[in-house]
Amino acid sequence: MYTQALNTREDATPAADPEREARFQTRIDAESRIEPNDWMPEAYQRTLIRQISQHAHSEIVGMLPEGNWITRAPSLKRKVALLAKVQDEGGHGLYLYAAAETLGISREELVDQLLAGKAKYASIFNYPTLTWADIGVIGWLVDGAAIMNQIPLCRCSFGPYARAMIRICKEESFHQRQGYEIMLTLARGTREQKAMAQDALNRWWWPVLMMFGPSDKDSQHTDVSMRWKIKRFTNDELRQKFVDATVPQAHYLGLEIPDPALEFDEASGHWRFGEVDWEEFKRVIAGNGPCNRERMRTRRRAHEEGAWVREAALAYAEKRRQREAAMQVAAE
Amino acid sequence: MTEKHWPLWEVFIRTRNGMAHRHAGSVHAVDAKMALQNARDVYTRRGEGLSIWVVPSAAITASDPAEQDMLFEPTASKIYRHPSFYEVPEEVGHM
Repeated sequence: MYTQALNTREDATPAADPEREARFQTRIDAESRIEPNDWMPEAYQRTLIRQISQHAHSEIVGMLPEGNWITRAPSLKRKVALLAKVQDEGGHGLYLYAAAETLGISREELVDQLLAGKAKYASIFNYPTLTWADIGVIGWLVDGAAIMNQIPLCRCSFGPYARAMIRICKEESFHQRQGYEIMLTLARGTREQKAMAQDALNRWWWPVLMMFGPSDKDSQHTDVSMRWKIKRFTNDELRQKFVDATVPQAHYLGLEIPDPALEFDEASGHWRFGEVDWEEFKRVIAGNGPCNRERMRTRRRAHEEGAWVREAALAYAEKRRQREAAMQVAAE
Repeated sequence: MTEKHWPLWEVFIRTRNGMAHRHAGSVHAVDAKMALQNARDVYTRRGEGLSIWVVPSAAITASDPAEQDMLFEPTASKIYRHPSFYEVPEEVGHM
């Protein structure tokens, strides 16, 4: 579901092999896809491992805030839909881990990086889901922002990532509609229900805008990622597209976007919006958002408590292999 | 911490419209049975297929991308392998 351009610095390593690198860039410029066994600059590989794994971790951690409401969904219909959505997020994480693994890093290493706190995941999942309306907002806005980010990634220069994104984008549309329908139901409900919808929008709006990553003037990744066609649009371009698409949807719900600076610019046809609180963004990325510690604690516990299952499955498979081999010997 | 890793499997799925099995992605599993089960859960949540193959990733032999030109370039010069190479008079009609 979610990728976020995070502001980690890329070491500027000098081109180790300028000739090959030039040939590589020619292929990229010609819109040819790069496949796992092809030669690639080390920095390209490193950037992709980081981006794809962050994306995968975001899917997995992203299951937690919504999982919080599965047992308390207001109806069976909402409950099965939410279950299916959370299961999809797990699936998206798995597609993405597999894509990252094609670059020569193991699943275990990737998971360890997350659990050790070395790898990042989308900042948005460090906010709590306080009411049922938050589930509506997550589907509508968080998945909506994710779709904006991810559609261009379907054309990413790295084949396995692009193919994973195509699958993910197909499934994402259900998530967003599911969320918007929850919002619509609340907005057309009692006064309290509508207030609950507005409250959720108030709390999530700015963190959702942060999902597009730092402003272009502060983003260190944009240039090289655009040149390698990992990225097709800048953070600010995508953020603007998202605001333009979302404001009319909020108005249809009869809800107000919590931004006094928001206004329609007739000349450009864009909605102009206020400045994101980048201090908050940095704080949450650095591990000090409302739920960072709880999310990591939950992931670590799940991993540790699942260790015996992973070991038992391996031991069982090994026992069966030995037994089959013994039977074969006896038969001969 | 688990010492040994679950092996990787490649997943191929045949869609309902009669196409050949096609690579869908990969899963980790301890054996073939679990690989099939995981592939079903991960890659066919929306009726994507009617049949699944799983193959240990280590069992796949792939061509070397560095030899791509040597392997595939010769076909480009063999234009006589394509129907458009041959002329059929218009009076004969569609062939």
